[in-house]
Amino acid sequence: MSRRYLVRRLLLLIPVLLGVMLLVFSMVFLSPGDPITRLAGNKPLPASTVASIKASYHLDQPFVVQFLYYLKGVTHGDFGQTFTGRSVSDIVRERFPVTLRLAAGAFAVEIVLGLTLAIVAAMKRRTWIDSTILVTTLILWTIPTLVLAFVLQYIFGIKLHWFPVAGVTDGWMSYVLPCLTIGVLSAASLGRLGRSAILDNMTGEHIRAANARGLPRRRVIGRHVLKNSLVPIVTIFGLDLAYLMAGAVLTETIFNLPGLGNALVVGIRTQNGPLVVGLVMLSSIFIVFSILVVDLMCARIDPRISYE
Amino acid sequence: MSRPTSTVEGAAGLVDEVEQPTATLWSDVWRKLKKDNQFRVAVVMIAIFMGMAIAPQLFFTKGLDPAQCHLEDTLQSPSRAHWFGTDLLGCDYYTRVVYGTRTSMEVGLIVASATMVIALTLGGAAGYFGGATDMTISRIADIFFCVPTLLGSILLLSLFNTGGVAIVALVLVFFGWPDMTRLVRSTVISGKRRGYVRSAETLGASGNRVLRRHVLPNGIAPVLVFTAYIVGGAVAGEASLTFLGVGLRLPAISWGLQIQIAQTRFSAAPYLLFFPSLFLCLFIGAFVLLGESIRDALDVKLADG
Amino acid sequence: MAEPVLEVDDLHVEFRTEEGTVKAVDGIGYRIAKGEVLAILGESGSGKTVHARAIMRILDSPPAHITAGQAKLHEVDVLALDEADMRAVRGAKIAMLFQDPHSALDPVFTIGGQLVELLRTRRGFSKHEAKTMSTELLSRVGIASPEERMKAHPHELSGGIAQRVMVAMAIALEPEVLLADEPTSSLDVTVQAQVLDLLGSVVAENDMAMVLITHNLAVAVGLADRIAVMYAGRMAELGPAKDVYASPIHPYTAGLLRAIPDIDVREERLPGIKGTPPNMLRLPSGCPFHPRCPLADEHCVEEMPPFEEVVPGRWTACWHWTEVTR
Repeated sequence: MSRRYLVRRLLLLIPVLLGVMLLVFSMVFLSPGDPITRLAGNKPLPASTVASIKASYHLDQPFVVQFLYYLKGVTHGDFGQTFTGRSVSDIVRERFPVTLRLAAGAFAVEIVLGLTLAIVAAMKRRTWIDSTILVTTLILWTIPTLVLAFVLQYIFGIKLHWFPVAGVTDGWMSYVLPCLTIGVLSAASLGRLGRSAILDNMTGEHIRAANARGLPRRRVIGRHVLKNSLVPIVTIFGLDLAYLMAGAVLTETIFNLPGLGNALVVGIRTQNGPLVVGLVMLSSIFIVFSILVVDLMCARIDPRISYE
Repeated sequence: MSRPTSTVEGAAGLVDEVEQPTATLWSDVWRKLKKDNQFRVAVVMIAIFMGMAIAPQLFFTKGLDPAQCHLEDTLQSPSRAHWFGTDLLGCDYYTRVVYGTRTSMEVGLIVASATMVIALTLGGAAGYFGGATDMTISRIADIFFCVPTLLGSILLLSLFNTGGVAIVALVLVFFGWPDMTRLVRSTVISGKRRGYVRSAETLGASGNRVLRRHVLPNGIAPVLVFTAYIVGGAVAGEASLTFLGVGLRLPAISWGLQIQIAQTRFSAAPYLLFFPSLFLCLFIGAFVLLGESIRDALDVKLADG
Repeated sequence: MAEPVLEVDDLHVEFRTEEGTVKAVDGIGYRIAKGEVLAILGESGSGKTVHARAIMRILDSPPAHITAGQAKLHEVDVLALDEADMRAVRGAKIAMLFQDPHSALDPVFTIGGQLVELLRTRRGFSKHEAKTMSTELLSRVGIASPEERMKAHPHELSGGIAQRVMVAMAIALEPEVLLADEPTSSLDVTVQAQVLDLLGSVVAENDMAMVLITHNLAVAVGLADRIAVMYAGRMAELGPAKDVYASPIHPYTAGLLRAIPDIDVREERLPGIKGTPPNMLRLPSGCPFHPRCPLADEHCVEEMPPFEEVVPGRWTACWHWTEVTR
């Protein structure tokens, strides 16, 4: 990929990153009304807490200054103090592993299942296999994470007793149902979109030309079709990330896993504003970087993207 | 790369990229749609849901009344008298689930129409005028895009303690607009490269006019499909937000709320969870089917299907 | 002629679509010998490209179906081979050149990579050997600094260079027959001449037979030994290039020749062939050209003229071929 493209892309990162942080920050601190009540909800707070919030967020300063202080904090890894006295970063550090395992598992399911479905459906198009896959993925696509979580919990947890329905006490078994919930749904969408990306490529002129040179079929499909289909597929992964986070919030709540998503919900229930803000900020920053990585990967795969 | 079409040249891979949509395009598409089973099923389902939303009473047989709650009837399993059983307060569950349709329909329609308006204006402008307009709009869209919709909505809704269908819907739009806007933008850009825009301009049409009367109508196809999906997404989003406690609150009737309440009695009374979930899935499914059938109908005509 | 390298006989290709069945190729045949260039001339829809892809067996099937005919490479009918054997034939015995080099080359791999891949998978060369050979091939087709170019991706190359790369890939396995499908149609006029020259010399050097498919009469006349004209899936005329050019024996060919503006003559309007290209779904009865033909009569409407050798070496499908003037 060209140097210029890389530099340009990295430079683009900065305004977007700042913009995202500004957006999240503004939602709390710029809207009309008192940010403290917004953060604390209806809870009455002791005067000392109120004072410390004012100080830590520099609420007596103009908005721009508030934001700059916040930025400074973030660069040092400080996302604020929650009302329970712990710092957001501590909570993140503590709960991060659970969410990481959930995400990794879900990703694994998505890649393996999704790619298999996409490839099989594309190669066996116009057969009953293809139609079945299309219908199944369509049905799965319409089921919201919320519902699937309960369905899996009910069938495999409560009725069949195959997997635990709550907590992380059973080692990797605890993660099976939640990972499946998130993974199966994103696999369905990857399967469909991947299938059409592959099909579009399979009928391209360069594939016909590759066949005309007598290249073995396996090579034509395994190398030429696949690499050309990779860009849309990788892009889908990147976009799926936001879905993954939303999914994590719901599944961690339903399956009672002590991860970041659960922390967010607890934060809402206990009206722990700084925690909620911190987590959302963190997720958004993470997405900014993931999109960057996806873009760079795509530019690497398909040199046309970075060609000036 | 073009997909083979039903023409001779297309099937031999000879068709070039440029497809000029003709005036007869829409009548062909409509003809195809009318014959498509997916489309028919979707339309029927949506019609039923519309009916449930506008006049739920039509779906209640004699004797079923959402207001009629007798505590002593609490938590009865489905039976002839109560098709979906009764809920915690002894109210007939079927009627309450049907009533929930209205909320979902409202959310879906508000989100879909607001997003479409924003996407067509901003996306159209960005795509057509290019330059600084495009850069500004695209950067802003990128920024909003990076905040995941569910999380951002949770944040915004938890900070402002009011519920209400309109607020929830608008919050969803607040985070969801970049997606369709980008779609409109790229449709407009690829539309610009096609002949009809240049012809209109050569004939002296002003930028706005070209945008409104030529580019947008021809590019509206993928937008329609996407709108159908958005309705589904919005309804799922509202249900999730309400389930988590930041969306609608009692005494509103929403499937998300019903699911949330049912959660604690999951093993004892699974039907409490089952019926609103079923309706939720069917509702979303109807709109997804609609989107898919429109997409299939347009697929052959536009070579980049 | 000397023993033909490729002999196509009564080839029929159908496309079954929702709107009906189209006979894209309706019974054509020809022979071509080593070192000979046969140009197949026709407009879009005439079936010229379809027939070439049918011979290579790279048509999408469905909706295309080869319903009858043979394509004999020496004595072997390639249309009857199974897929594995056909793969051995492709590239090594019969090679194809495509119209748009930027679509035909894989955009995500370097051209060096694609050449090396071809040589390694088909001939079993080592990476090093294949690289050397690839560089040589690129030189042979007139590409300067081949080692540099090997690292380039297709979109970095101009149309002319990209098409030369395609020629290099086509001749890499030393095939006997080259099917060149409109190889210069997507190139600038100045570059067209260069690529055509290249093709001419490549064919001569390797003693290959080339079927040059084109819609451009000048291209055909410039390079070909013999010219075949196709219309609506059938052959209209076939004969030595000079003869076809000087005295056509089919009204369609005559119409094409008349449409070429003469630089010395001032004309008010460019004479075209009246009427519109045929609707392949609903072909006219009898001779498909009759609605546009100045010589058409009832016989032409009622009965399809056979394609036959009316004069030694010259074939036509017209009841009134004797009346055809330029």
